[in-house]
Amino acid sequence: MTAVSFLDGGLDGGRTLPGEGLAWLKARRDAGAERFDALGLPTPKLESWKYTRLRPLDDTHYTPIGDDADATEIANLPSVGDVAARVVFVNGKLRTDLSDLASLPAGVRFGPLEDILADDPAWAEAHLGAVADDTDQAMLALNDAMMDSGFVLHVAKGVALTKPLEVVYVGGLTDQAVAYFPRNLIVIEPNAQATLVKHHVGRGVGAYFANAATEIDVADGAIFKHYKVQAENMQATHVATEHTRIGRDATYECFNLAIGGLLSRTEARITLAGEGAHCGYHGAYMMRGKEHCDNTSFIDMAVPHTTCKQVFKGVLDDEARAVFQGKILVARDAQKADGRMLNKTLLLSDNAEIDTKPELEIYADDVQCAHGATTGQLDQTALFYLRSRGIPEPQARNMLVQSFLGDALQEISDETVREVLMDRVVHWLPAHCYLAGEWKESA
Amino acid sequence: MSATAETVEQVHSISGEKYKYGFVTDIAADKAPKGLSEDIVRFISAKKGEPEWLLDWRLKAYRRWLEMPEPQWSKVQFPPIDYQQYHYYSAPKSDDDRPKSLDEVDPELLATYEKLGIPIKEQEVLAGVAVDYVFDSVSVATTFKKKLEEVGVIFCPISEALERCPDLVRKYLGTVVPVADNKHACLNSAVFTDGSFVYIPPGVRCPMELSTYFRINEMNTGQFERTLIVADKGSYVSYLEGCTAPMRDENQLHAAVVELVALDDAEIKYSTVQNWYPGDEDGKGGIYNFVTKRGACRGKNSKISWTQVETGSAITWKYPSCILQGDNSVGEFYSIAITNNAQQADTGTKMIHLGKNTTSRIISKGISAGKSDQTYRGLVKISPKAEGARNYTQCDSLLIGDKCGAHTVPYIESKNKNAIVEHEATTSTISEVQLFYLRQRGIPEEAAVALVVNGFCREVMQQLPMEFAVEAQKLVGISLEGSVG
Amino acid sequence: MLEIKDLHAAVDGKEILKGVNLTVNPGEVHAIMGPNGSGKSTLSYVLAGRDGYEVTGGRIIYEGEDLTDLDPEERAAKGIFLAFQYPVEIPGVPNSTFLNEAVNAVRRYRGEDELDKIQFVKMLRAKTKELNMSDEMLKRAVNVGFSGGEKKRNEVLQMAVLEPKLAILDETDSGLDIDALKIVSEGVNALRSPERSTLVITHYQRLLDYIVPDKVHVLAQGRIQKTGGKELALELEEKGYADFVGEEAA
Ligand SMILES: Nc1ncnc2c1ncn2[C@@H]1O[C@H](COP(=O)(O)OP(=O)(O)OP(=O)(O)O)[C@@H](O)[C@H]1O
Ligand SMILES: [Mg+2]
Repeated sequence: MTAVSFLDGGLDGGRTLPGEGLAWLKARRDAGAERFDALGLPTPKLESWKYTRLRPLDDTHYTPIGDDADATEIANLPSVGDVAARVVFVNGKLRTDLSDLASLPAGVRFGPLEDILADDPAWAEAHLGAVADDTDQAMLALNDAMMDSGFVLHVAKGVALTKPLEVVYVGGLTDQAVAYFPRNLIVIEPNAQATLVKHHVGRGVGAYFANAATEIDVADGAIFKHYKVQAENMQATHVATEHTRIGRDATYECFNLAIGGLLSRTEARITLAGEGAHCGYHGAYMMRGKEHCDNTSFIDMAVPHTTCKQVFKGVLDDEARAVFQGKILVARDAQKADGRMLNKTLLLSDNAEIDTKPELEIYADDVQCAHGATTGQLDQTALFYLRSRGIPEPQARNMLVQSFLGDALQEISDETVREVLMDRVVHWLPAHCYLAGEWKESA
Repeated sequence: MSATAETVEQVHSISGEKYKYGFVTDIAADKAPKGLSEDIVRFISAKKGEPEWLLDWRLKAYRRWLEMPEPQWSKVQFPPIDYQQYHYYSAPKSDDDRPKSLDEVDPELLATYEKLGIPIKEQEVLAGVAVDYVFDSVSVATTFKKKLEEVGVIFCPISEALERCPDLVRKYLGTVVPVADNKHACLNSAVFTDGSFVYIPPGVRCPMELSTYFRINEMNTGQFERTLIVADKGSYVSYLEGCTAPMRDENQLHAAVVELVALDDAEIKYSTVQNWYPGDEDGKGGIYNFVTKRGACRGKNSKISWTQVETGSAITWKYPSCILQGDNSVGEFYSIAITNNAQQADTGTKMIHLGKNTTSRIISKGISAGKSDQTYRGLVKISPKAEGARNYTQCDSLLIGDKCGAHTVPYIESKNKNAIVEHEATTSTISEVQLFYLRQRGIPEEAAVALVVNGFCREVMQQLPMEFAVEAQKLVGISLEGSVG
Repeated sequence: MLEIKDLHAAVDGKEILKGVNLTVNPGEVHAIMGPNGSGKSTLSYVLAGRDGYEVTGGRIIYEGEDLTDLDPEERAAKGIFLAFQYPVEIPGVPNSTFLNEAVNAVRRYRGEDELDKIQFVKMLRAKTKELNMSDEMLKRAVNVGFSGGEKKRNEVLQMAVLEPKLAILDETDSGLDIDALKIVSEGVNALRSPERSTLVITHYQRLLDYIVPDKVHVLAQGRIQKTGGKELALELEEKGYADFVGEEAA
């Protein structure tokens, strides 16, 4: 097996991984390692990685998280407020002291992956890899081999959760560079409903590499809303691979708000597998410094009468770079498909860059599909208009950026979540930097 | 010394060594033997009496070609090409064999024109078009030369240009499409046999549309034209390229290269109607059309406009592009691509914005019918220096029937905040109610489909010169025959 | 002219027309009224031969010939014209091109000489003028960006140009202001002749003040429930369709 230079100890660092002793899991880990070995780290030679290179992995050696407990003091964890339960991981380790799983409603299982592996290995065996079974993704293979944390959400048939569930990942509070491999498993049974909010926060200045994989099964008639706020620190490398299967008349709504991270990439593969399935897959990205943010998605409209909508908007400052690669596939005979995709980006600085590739691949004729993409700067006329009404330029810019992104956030149907995310957007805005003297004139 | 002996001698002197591979081709032959080797490249060059620099250039290309991989990224699929099965040079046997007038042209070719409603004779007379026919790689007829000469326009086979104005050819050849740009272009550089050369002197507005009809008439003859158009400062030219090919049993390789250069304030309008033989219902026997077309807007305020109507070929692989170097330069790409039966097309454009305030416009209309597959592939690249650059792309696909495919793969790369890029794309079908509405008014189904498709393509059709537009509209109907019902 | 006997028709497997009987003699104008969803448009589509509108029983005899197996374009060539309730947009195809194609297709079908460009344009200009329409509309793509009223007027223009024997007007009056209504009615009346018949589908008796019908039918629940003279329209306007809808529901 070739050495994995970016990981201390390679693919078997001699640590104890969750689910030890489970033969099926061992087999999965071994197969993953083998596949990763064969595929190697993705490079821009791969079409789906055309614009993203995992540069931080070139010269940083990450140490996989060990067995020792983490006890870092943490305050002010982000939250959307009144939640049904929450799971907190710090530096890749579960923190029961910060988590709150006391009052889980009946029919809901929510907790760390290791618990399920210990308590209900048969269920875990049936679901792990059931949705994420693609063999061409190196980063998924790596996660298969190394999965060491993560959570499980399982909502039983017909159970409708009213309050959201929350997961918080805190990173960056380590002296050395660490790596962790969360594996998240989400199963929403038929006609069940749930909302999940994931916060990724970078505290401190430690470097970390999180290579997560998430499997989401939204069964027939179910509704699952999935929100992610990615606010990693400037040393973070965040790679997320998501696989989602949406059943008949089921709805999956997802919003990714990316506001920080040295290098982040989310690759989603979503299959609309049942007639009447709907997918709303949206996001917003706001990057500055040398941050690089990649949103890559593949939505497979596999059967007739499905709909999907995608709105991604972003703002790039300094030398930030964003990548949007969206692909909608309408399978042969998947008639009456309705697929829409939109990507808009504002460049605020001379050195920012956007690479976008909204792609349609269509094999059925009775479809309505469209995509659009724009790149440009703030509307100068609007800016002038606001200034002529006495609004100082920095504020005017903020107003315009905010309304530009706010448009995308409208796709979030949960009002509370939308407000919390909007608040994050506002806090990112340069007015705050401006006050701190950091705002560079870019006009 | 006979011409043949002279050529042989030339080959010897250029290569400066004995034929390594026991080259036995009769230099007087009308055809090079099947296959490709360094000797064949030498043969072609010798046959055409080319200067040494060009032979070197060809050999360099050939050696690169050997190493280069086939492009893998497009969606088209075909069995590996056996490059050794083609003849890389063939000339009409003798002057007596050449069609002296259009009456001698292949009736099949004329029949196609008949169907299109444009008798070829009329075409020639039409609006003072100068026609430079290329029959199997060698130009055999050039007309209207006089009139062009009066204003100093050079319009001739590239082989002739090498004699008339070698410095011009040498100055620009391969500067827009480098030798090793891609495998197909590389092959062309090694073995191109002919094509057109156009030079428009400063300030001259070319007094007529220049037109070339290409045609492949020999079995298994790869066609490798090379076209070079240079529009000097302040000049203007409109160039028309039309292609049609008669039935064939085996796939024929067509790997052309077109290079355009527009200097300050110059404008080149390049229009193509491509109607190569698409093969039978299963695509058998159709042309492989692997073409590299690129224009360089070198000068400020220059403009290059590509308009294409692609209805033919079994496989089309073609991305007419613009490199917008000069400040304020403009690139345009207007395209209609129709695929039916088993045709495959992967086509689009690249707009590379380098200069300030450069603008580009892409309007692409793709129609897929039968069990064909079509991809629009486009790149809009804004470099950091392209202040104020602007691109607008509209890219629509129409599917007719449920066995075909339509794909849209745009790449947008922007590194300048003052640039604005807008891309829109739609995919839809001809609705049942649209057809019913037209049929209710008495229009038969096939005509109704053609009408809707022509409407769908209208924006692009309007860009075509008049005489082409008529032909193109009829082609739409012909191409879609049998796609409904 | 037109004889519909016990016509049953289904869309997507759902039976909409459940035994329609209707006879229209040459020169007559018949009005069909009825509640929303009663099958009026369905009847018009069946008469014009739209795919997916399946005749499951009964017969349609037009000028002595059974229409059932004819394509829409054949019926059009035989003189059946349908003014659509929702005229269809055909992007990129100029109105005049479309009409030219239609006129010549119909002429070819009938074995008549095609009109040349000049003849056609002349004829078209004259009709446009009669209908008080602007030439500008002829250059625009068929119905694209037309207002509701413009679309309806365009339908009437097409009718005037194609000079059908049997015109079916499906709610051509909906969405028209009073002036447009007059123009449209005049257009219809101008075509009135002893050889031509018209089927007017409408919700408003107002139209019937301008296009005076010989008979008024009430279509409800897939059947002609009542037939009368012009006064029936007034009565319906006052009382609504409660009587007809109630009956079967009860
Ligand atoms: N494709 C279809 N599949 C199933 N039902 C259909 C379909 N098309 C129409 N219908 C139904 O057929 C019935 C008759 O429709 P139709 O359009 O003929 O009514 P209408 O009398 O013209 O109504 P309106 O006054 O609103 O124009 C309605 O109930 C309608 O919903
Ligand atoms: Mg109706």
